[in-house]
Amino acid sequence: MSSKERKPGNPFASAVSTSAEAFPSIREREAVGRSLEEIAKTLRRHVITMTAKAGSGHPGGSLSATDIVTALFFRVLRYRPSEPCWAERDRFILSKGHAAPLLYAALAESGYFPVEELSTLRRLDSRLQGHTDRTCTPGVEMSAGSLGQGLSFGIGTALAARLNSQSYRVYVLLGDGECDEGQVWEAAMAAAHFKVDNLVAIVDHNKQQIDGWNWEVMNLEPLGEKWRSFGWRVIEIDGHNFDQILAAFEQAELVKGQPTVIIAHTTKGKGVSFMENNPEFHGRATTPEETELALKELA
Amino acid sequence: MRELSSTREAYGKTLVALGKENPDIVVLDADLSRSTMTRLFAQKFPQRFFDCGIAEQNMMSISAGLAASGKIVFANSFAVFATARCFDQLRMSIAQPRLNVKVVASHGGISVGEDGFSHHSIEDLSLACSLPGFIVVVPADAIEVAQVVRIAAATPGPFYIRLSRPKTPLVYNDGYQFVLGKAVTMRQGFDATIMANGIMVARALKAAENLSHQGIECRVLSMPTLKPLDREAITLAAKETGAIVTAEEHLEQGGLGSRVARVVVQHQAVPMAFVAIKDVYAKSGTPEDLLQRHGLTAADIEKAVKSTVARKK
Repeated sequence: MSSKERKPGNPFASAVSTSAEAFPSIREREAVGRSLEEIAKTLRRHVITMTAKAGSGHPGGSLSATDIVTALFFRVLRYRPSEPCWAERDRFILSKGHAAPLLYAALAESGYFPVEELSTLRRLDSRLQGHTDRTCTPGVEMSAGSLGQGLSFGIGTALAARLNSQSYRVYVLLGDGECDEGQVWEAAMAAAHFKVDNLVAIVDHNKQQIDGWNWEVMNLEPLGEKWRSFGWRVIEIDGHNFDQILAAFEQAELVKGQPTVIIAHTTKGKGVSFMENNPEFHGRATTPEETELALKELA
Repeated sequence: MRELSSTREAYGKTLVALGKENPDIVVLDADLSRSTMTRLFAQKFPQRFFDCGIAEQNMMSISAGLAASGKIVFANSFAVFATARCFDQLRMSIAQPRLNVKVVASHGGISVGEDGFSHHSIEDLSLACSLPGFIVVVPADAIEVAQVVRIAAATPGPFYIRLSRPKTPLVYNDGYQFVLGKAVTMRQGFDATIMANGIMVARALKAAENLSHQGIECRVLSMPTLKPLDREAITLAAKETGAIVTAEEHLEQGGLGSRVARVVVQHQAVPMAFVAIKDVYAKSGTPEDLLQRHGLTAADIEKAVKSTVARKK
């Protein structure tokens, strides 16, 4: 996808997979053989199914970020599911830790652990905690759930690459409501100050938070101008359009001397008609009837 | 008592020495590098020093990201800002994932002095000890600081190390060897035990000397490691001396006294007294005036020892 030379191991560096061993079957099969739209649909089905089975969770904010995460895991990131701590891996840091079901779905479909394990979400002794926990889930970079800390964590990760002369890149996914947290702006200031150009923040701008629309709870606008004035390169896209998503990541890789933020305009609950723009589904799972309807829409 | 030593300066110099030995040492500060003495490291290794500005929360989570990528991170600020200001970041970013971050907090206690309560740190040890996974150390002098910092760098996982603003009297000899989790017998005695850390160790020794003239022989244990505590030394002191007085520059709750008491009631119940700050914030004043006002002098320790010895059966 980019002119930058990729290390061996990324099946998307060229048309031909370079390392079958590093990327076990699922990812090979799913990604190379299927379109991003199909994969995204699969991840959405997982999100619905696993939260419904768990009886709780955060489907709304998982569905809004699904296309972004799909593009990252199945086109952009370099990683080795069989070697989760591979030092050169690109880092995906989920700062909005409540979208854990989405991350688990992506990790499972990428081959980090069996897809069947998704059904253990939120159960005692499961590796799939209610919010992300880096101590127990392969592929999870950061323990999150208390909002606002991921961008700072990402800066540290990005600075380490600089100190170690490593070429990995760091992607941090933030919620828009999360941008209410002061620490996000401490980090925004610091990332520009330290000129971390191997860091990309993505704001899942679905315009909703628990208590309602952003502008009712705590106005964020003008969001792009805020990031720009903090010293970031700002790219605004439709977060459900794969061409725009991939182009944004490609563009971000070319930015030098400053960090890049992709403000992805999204729809909370995207993909399921009765969940779209319905804040109720921020923090509640679907009932059995709703689950059936949702899965029908995502078939 | 021997000459005064600066724990902060010893810290700054040790960091520089460590930086030379290990390229993975990285240091962060929050706009206090002149006071915390991390400036010495910054001048020597500018690439590995990051001043995060006045943003402690950000600093702690950046530290976590660096540590998650293999770095040994020293994160620095005043004790009150390094704990209370960013407690959730310590909890989420560092403690739970057990990342290799050494939080070094200067300006502990009320001996910060004239700046007043906003800069005094009297809850920090309670907060730090409450975090699962954190090792908490309160060194007593410059000799101990140098060793604690080296041990912390060599021991994976989160540390909280508390230093003081004023110079402190040297209490250890040059040959002293700090052992993590072990109490240090500074003076032998069998009538009572005084347990202290930080600047209170020198005061405990002075109190013991004065009490000796009055026929009371105290054991003095320096307790640099507050978590995990040396349970054996505490239990032995309770058995052999039958009375324990703790002395700390911290609130009575959540610090050395209450942690020692928990061991004592579980293993060998004996009369205890607590020389510590009562449930109140201090005002501005010179360090010595404040320590006097809040009952943290050698004379206060003596009084506590006498009343505790009187309660022995």
